[in-house]
Parts: sequence; structure tokens; C-alpha cells
Amino acid sequence: MVSNPLTKNIDMSRSPLEIAAYEANDGYQSVHKIAAGLGSNDVLETIKGSGLKGRGGAGFPTGLKWSFVPQGENSPQQKYLVVNADEMEPGTFKDRLLMEGDPHLLLEGMVIAAYSIGASKAYIFLRGEYTTSVRTLKNAIAEAYDKGYLGKNILNTGFDLDIILHTSAGRYICGEETALLNALEGKRANPRAKPPFPQVSGLWGKPTIVNNVETICNLPGILTYGIDWYKGLGQGADAGTKLFGVSGRVKNPGCWEMPLGVSIRELLEEKAGGLQDGLGLKAFLPGGGSTDFMLPEHLDIALDYDEIAKAGSRLATGTMIVLDDQTCPVGMVGNLMKFFAHESCGFCTPCRDGLPWVDTIFREFEEGRGSEKDLQILREHVDYMGPGRTFCALAPGATAPLGSGLKYFEDDFKAHIKQQRCPYKH
Amino acid sequence: MSTQVIASTKNRARQLTEDEIAEIEHEKTLYPDTQAVGLEALKIVQKYQGWVSDESLLAIANYLDLSAADLEGVATFFNLVYRQPVGKNVILFCNSVSCWICRCDDIKDHISKKLDIDFGQTTQDDEFTFIPVPCLGDCDNAPVMMVGDDLHRNLTPEKVDEIITQYRNKTA
Ligand SMILES: Cc1cc2nc3c(=O)[nH]c(=O)nc-3n(C[C@H](O)[C@H](O)[C@H](O)COP(=O)(O)O)c2cc1C
Ligand code: SF4
Ligand code: FES
Repeated sequence: MVSNPLTKNIDMSRSPLEIAAYEANDGYQSVHKIAAGLGSNDVLETIKGSGLKGRGGAGFPTGLKWSFVPQGENSPQQKYLVVNADEMEPGTFKDRLLMEGDPHLLLEGMVIAAYSIGASKAYIFLRGEYTTSVRTLKNAIAEAYDKGYLGKNILNTGFDLDIILHTSAGRYICGEETALLNALEGKRANPRAKPPFPQVSGLWGKPTIVNNVETICNLPGILTYGIDWYKGLGQGADAGTKLFGVSGRVKNPGCWEMPLGVSIRELLEEKAGGLQDGLGLKAFLPGGGSTDFMLPEHLDIALDYDEIAKAGSRLATGTMIVLDDQTCPVGMVGNLMKFFAHESCGFCTPCRDGLPWVDTIFREFEEGRGSEKDLQILREHVDYMGPGRTFCALAPGATAPLGSGLKYFEDDFKAHIKQQRCPYKH
Repeated sequence: MSTQVIASTKNRARQLTEDEIAEIEHEKTLYPDTQAVGLEALKIVQKYQGWVSDESLLAIANYLDLSAADLEGVATFFNLVYRQPVGKNVILFCNSVSCWICRCDDIKDHISKKLDIDFGQTTQDDEFTFIPVPCLGDCDNAPVMMVGDDLHRNLTPEKVDEIITQYRNKTA
């Protein structure tokens, strides 16, 4: 049985599989099942039963999200599927791999999702910088239309689907799903108030599902091989596999598909080969720039949504950023704060004003002018910009590395104050 | 009085080219209204003109019947819509966390020195514009940058030198 459904076709040393080769490896089987009579509600029940959780960061159950889309005669007939391919979270490099390595997997998944929720139009909201993904996706979309997996009356099912590739122009906030909808409508990408949730009133006011690329890429396997197979893939409480990445100064940085539930140690030591010679592990962010730091003592925790949460962080995108013991932790957090300050959409005050202030203080530290009072101001901002205090989750995301950094690296902050310089710079 | 001002602003719009119009017309078929086409049109014009001048912005606003102020709001929101002229090659240099850990600051200094420009600037000969960009999603090959549409990975000072020579020769 297949044990790596997300990457089974991926070999980055060659171009992605063309449609015939993709089909030969069980590709588009799910669409043939739909053509043979599998109903949209059957698909929904299968995805619900699989236990698939969203891979975009929040880990929300996918089937549950779809079930909020109003159905039936009195519901709006136009519904939309939007694939969130805006990957811009610092340290995250997994959706690119899927789109450049096996674009048909994403398209097949999109047919499944669109069919289930009843959407005849789907947009891929792609980061503009991903120029190779533009090429691989455009080719694959053209092939899928030719073969009748897209377009009108797909395999004589009466179901129509058009996929439109939209490339964005570089703003992190566009990844937030309601800001993304504003961006697609051609507006400034400020987030929208919720409720109403996009499932009920999204793109142009119509019911809309926004799912991450990797989430969608899980769908073909589930429909082709079944719920039991899918659940069997996970090693812990969560079902399925996940793309896990490691970046930083490790021997073998990269991205691998592994069962959910393997230990962090297995990822860091066996896959990434541990730290480069002469370096020790200081800490790591387990799932991109908006997650809380974890420490070497957490290495035996499972890569599993609840287990990581118990350790005070989030699995989020599953792409780990490693901080070695010869890189300044204050500098690393400062780098992240500069990113978040730059990417704030400016809509609400704690984030618009707070993040640049935090960023300025980090520059003071870097230049040897940090003080105890600054440290106090940083601590206060963790609170001012925390969950519930801002209009969207960008600023609370920034407080994750900030708050945990202040806690775990207190000695380093104090050394900057005492020596009035960065002790890591020689 | 005010109508005259608006009319004169409209007159500053340049003529869109046939190619630009053809691509914008294609985008119009993909979205239910013209507002959604605004960003696409800005990018199309930028592809042909290198950047988005006031005259181009006004031309798009006229063509799609959008408010110029709204379109400007969109144009200035996005990092990759250039409202100032840029060089022949735009260097998008990743300075996010994984590249920073892998010492991208040293590479940045090398490029700055070599081209004699800082972030946000263009070389005297208009060959290169140097812009920082958030994480390019290629963190396992850090440090990385893009030049135009191409990604360059695992940068070292020597590699950077080669890349710059390569683009200089290409546009020469
Ligand atoms: C500031 C911000 C940026 C985000 N960026 C992305 C992104 O680039 N890609 C993504 O899939 N989700 C991103 N998200 C999460 C989305 O809002 C949304 O939860 C996700 O696309 C849902 O997909 P899923 O249910 O399949 O996980 C971001 C959230 C926030 C607050
Ligand atoms: S938290 Fe920041 S990004 Fe989110 S709405 Fe407020 S200002 Fe915009
Ligand atoms: S941090 Fe530079 S590519 Fe991700």
C-alpha cells in the first residue's frame, strides 16, 4: 500500500509527471469514482471520517469546514473553492514542493473539493514569486482540460469546474483567508470581520471554502485508498502524513513526507542529519515564524497537533526553523519582528503601531543600546498584541516567537543590556 | 472646477498598447467584475513597461472604469507592484529568518558593495534594482534570491559574482 501519498510522484531532479504518467499511478481515480456514482455527500462524509485537519496552520477539520457551506435549492447556486497557495510564512517551503513536484495532485484534489461543496469555479491564489509553480500549474491545468477532468460536464457527470490561476503580488496578509478574498476581488487586502464566515458569505458574497494546498493534496489519496488506509498512516492521534521541513544550520536541510506522530528528534536527527559540525541546538520553531520556540528538552515530543500544543507551541505548517548555539537568539526574534512589522496591513492599532515599536527596540538591542525598560516594553507588547486583542491573527502570530523568546532567552537579552553590544558578534 | 481637475488628470493617462489590452481582456473573462482585474492589469502593464507610472495607472483606471484612488490603494499595497522605475533586472533578496540564520547578511553586504547600491536603489547603469523580499519558500537552500523570474540558491559571494556577470552579459 502507498505510504507517501503526497510525494509518491515527486522527483525534483526531473519535471513533474505528465497527465498520462500521473493517471498510470492511480491518478484521477477519485474523479472516475465520482463518475461511477459517488455522490457529493458521500465525498463529504468520507473526508469527515478521515479525520483530515487543515494544513494551512490552524489545523481545522476539513470535512467540518465544508459542512458549513449551505446546500440545497435555497442556497446560492454559485459557490467557490479557493486554494490558498500564498505560502509566505517565514521558514515555510512545503506548498511549493507540491505545486512544482506534482501539480496534478493539487488539481485532482480541487476537483474533489469543488464537487463536494458544489463549486463550479475555483481559484488558485498563488504567490507571485513562485514563477516555476505558475509554469507547472498552467501546463497541468491545460492537460486536465484536454482530458476532460476540468471544464464542462466532467466525465459525463453533469458537473462543471473551471480552475483559474491567480498570481498575487507579495503581501503576507493575503494568506489570511478573509484578506485573501478581498485581494481576489481586487481590493486592498485587509482582513474582513467574522462572522459571516467565508463558508457562508465569502468571495463576492457567495459561499466559499478556502483550503491550503497541502490540505487539498491529501484528498485524492483518501478517496482512492479509503479512510482506514488514511488513518493507518498516522502514528499518533492524527490521521495521515504531513510534509515536514527543516531549515537553519543543519547538515541536510530539506522537506520530507512523514507520518503525523513521529518524534521531532526523528525529523531533526535522522532526516536533517542534526546540526552542522561544531554547532549545538539552542532552540527551534516547530512550524514557521508564527510559532512559539521549543527547546532541546522537547525533542522526543511527537509531531502531532495536540502534543505540540501541550508543549506550548503549534505544529502549524510543520516546517521547523533551527536556531543553533552560535546564532544570536535576540537577532533571530528581531528578524521575525521586522518581517511582521513590514507585513502588518495597518488596519488595527495594536499591530500597526505595536510591531514597528517592537522592531525599533530590537534594533536598539542589536546596536548595543538595549535597556531593562525596553525589555519591559517588549513584554507588555506580547500582551497588547495577543490573541483577541487584534483584528486578525497576524499580530498574535508575531507574539508567539516574541513571548517565548523573551521567556527562554532572558539571559541573552540581559547579556545584550549588560555588555551594550551583541555578544554573538565577534 | 473640480470636474476640470478630474478631466485633466484623465488626460494624463497614456495609451495602453494592443498587447496590454489583449491580456487585460483575457483576464476580464476570468472574473465577474472589473475591480478584480485591477491588480492583474497592473501586473500586465508592469510586465511590458517595467514599472507602473502614474500615466499607466490612470490608463488602467480609465480602461476598467475603476476609481484611480482605489487602484492606487491596491498598487501601493503590494510589494511587487513597482510605482517607481526599476533597473533591467530586479534582485529580490530574501532576508527572512532561515536565510538570516544562514548568514544572508554577509551576502547582502557583498552585493551592496559590488553594485554600490543599498536596498531600494538602482545601479547607475540601470542594470540592477536591489529589493529585500520575505521568505521565498526555499529555506532549505538558504541563502536565496531571485533575479527577474529566476531563483538562485545556496548563495556564496563567488556564486553571486557569477550570477551578476551572467545577467550583465544577457542584457548587454
Ligand atoms: C497572517 C496570516 C497568514 C496566513 N498565510 C497562509 C498561507 O500563506 N497559506 C495558507 O494556507 N494559510 C495561511 N493562513 C491561514 C489561513 O487563514 C487559513 O486558515 C487556511 O488557508 C485554511 O486552510 P486549511 O483549513 O486547509 O488549513 C494565514 C493566516 C494568517 C493569520
Ligand atoms: S492584526 Fe495586523 S495584519 Fe491583522 S488586521 Fe490588524 S493590522 Fe492588519
Ligand atoms: S527564509 Fe529565505 S527562503 Fe525562506
